Amino acid sequence: MKRGDVRTFLPVALAALLPFAALPARAAELHTERSLYRNIVVVEDDGVRCMKFGRNAGGRQTCQTMNDPDRLVFDYTRMMMGALYLNPDPKRILIIGLGGGTLPRALQKVLPDARIDAVEIDPAVVRVAYKYFGFAPGPRTEIFEEDGRVFAKRMGRQGIKYDLVLLDAFDHEYIPEHMLTREFLLEIKSLLAPKGVLAANTFATSRLYDFESATYYNVFGRFYRLKRGNRVILLREGGLPDRDELGRNADLVEAKVAPLGADKEWLLPLFGVESGWPQHTRILTDQYSPSNLLNGS
Amino acid sequence: MFALAGWSGFFVMAVELLSGRVLAPSFGNSIYVWGAVITVFMLALAVGYLAGGQISLFSPSLRRLGLLLIAAGLATLPVVFFGNAALDWIFDRVADPRYGSLLASGLLFFVPTAISGAVSPYAVRLLVSSLHGSGKSAGLLYFVSTFGSAAGTILTSFYLVLLFEVNTILLGLMTVSMALGLLAVLRRESAP
Repeated sequence: MKRGDVRTFLPVALAALLPFAALPARAAELHTERSLYRNIVVVEDDGVRCMKFGRNAGGRQTCQTMNDPDRLVFDYTRMMMGALYLNPDPKRILIIGLGGGTLPRALQKVLPDARIDAVEIDPAVVRVAYKYFGFAPGPRTEIFEEDGRVFAKRMGRQGIKYDLVLLDAFDHEYIPEHMLTREFLLEIKSLLAPKGVLAANTFATSRLYDFESATYYNVFGRFYRLKRGNRVILLREGGLPDRDELGRNADLVEAKVAPLGADKEWLLPLFGVESGWPQHTRILTDQYSPSNLLNGS
Repeated sequence: MFALAGWSGFFVMAVELLSGRVLAPSFGNSIYVWGAVITVFMLALAVGYLAGGQISLFSPSLRRLGLLLIAAGLATLPVVFFGNAALDWIFDRVADPRYGSLLASGLLFFVPTAISGAVSPYAVRLLVSSLHGSGKSAGLLYFVSTFGSAAGTILTSFYLVLLFEVNTILLGLMTVSMALGLLAVLRRESAP
């Protein structure tokens, strides 16, 4: 997730090449806003524009290369595209957590006929996605400004089914604890159509990791995990596809997904089945969900 | 007496923190859910203060103070046993999560919090022996009760949620309330 080497090296190299050119010494801060939930900062450095939460040094939520805005900058967003290897043609998609709109933007591009519901709790994040990241919902995309769990619960009551659910509601330091519990995952499971796929962006290091593994396993059984900075969990309702099926689906979507930066040579080898958490790891539930405390230690 | 007031403060804040946890699965973790929780707790305490002052006019005793604590504990029981059913019922009927969470926290937490609120003014009445010392007694009681609130807040949010389930913590709080209340009921009148 860190690209510090590129970010620090490039300006220095360019400055050496163009000694008389006036180059900005620091990243330009385009926008700062204190929203209901957090501080939002938009910075641009070297043609890469990022949305950050928290203080200026805080984690980058969304980054976009200005001259190639569809390209997926972060490894985790590329890994999320691996969901299409489990189901190459989802018709109805739910995205929880909008950020700068990277995931809906990519999926609109890859699957123009899919119907996409994107849920974001913070109206300010939605505004920033429109204004600074050129996010434009397609005709079949709808944005809902509300709590992801409340939305999921309501859709469940209405009997709505999704072929693909993407969970991307955690930022670099804060987890909405009610969205990492057995009960919540059961609600998500009830939203999945037969062969429906869940892709979840999760933390890769900290004590929380095993708790999270145990909780997902308790609800869904075996799942694939792709680890590169973050851990992306991929699973399918009704059983995981084997390697051959992953490969076949990868071929099906390669022409559309590879240009975004997620080609199968990079993505396929990252697939592994998660295992190895201690047997009696406690499962996170609505009754027991100290996720942030566990993540901090 | 101070133990009862201090514990009552502890109890209110511990329950308030946990109420956020209880509501989150149905109404989320948005700022307005906390707004609803705090509104209900403040209103309940306000009503409790008023009522506690009123009932302290009629033959106040340590025994009756103990009964208040027992009642507050008992009034929290429905949260554990009917909480989810009540939340589902409200979720299906109130679409706006602001009013849903307001109604839910009112339904589940107003009564126990109001009863807890009655403890402090009632205890002040029992403490005050002279007009001259009344401010001192009230100040000491506020200190103990609010100190208890601070302890309830930090212990619950830092440590208890890491160790126990929400319902286990609630049942534990109720048990302590009822035990202290019972102790006060059984104790001789003369004790301070």
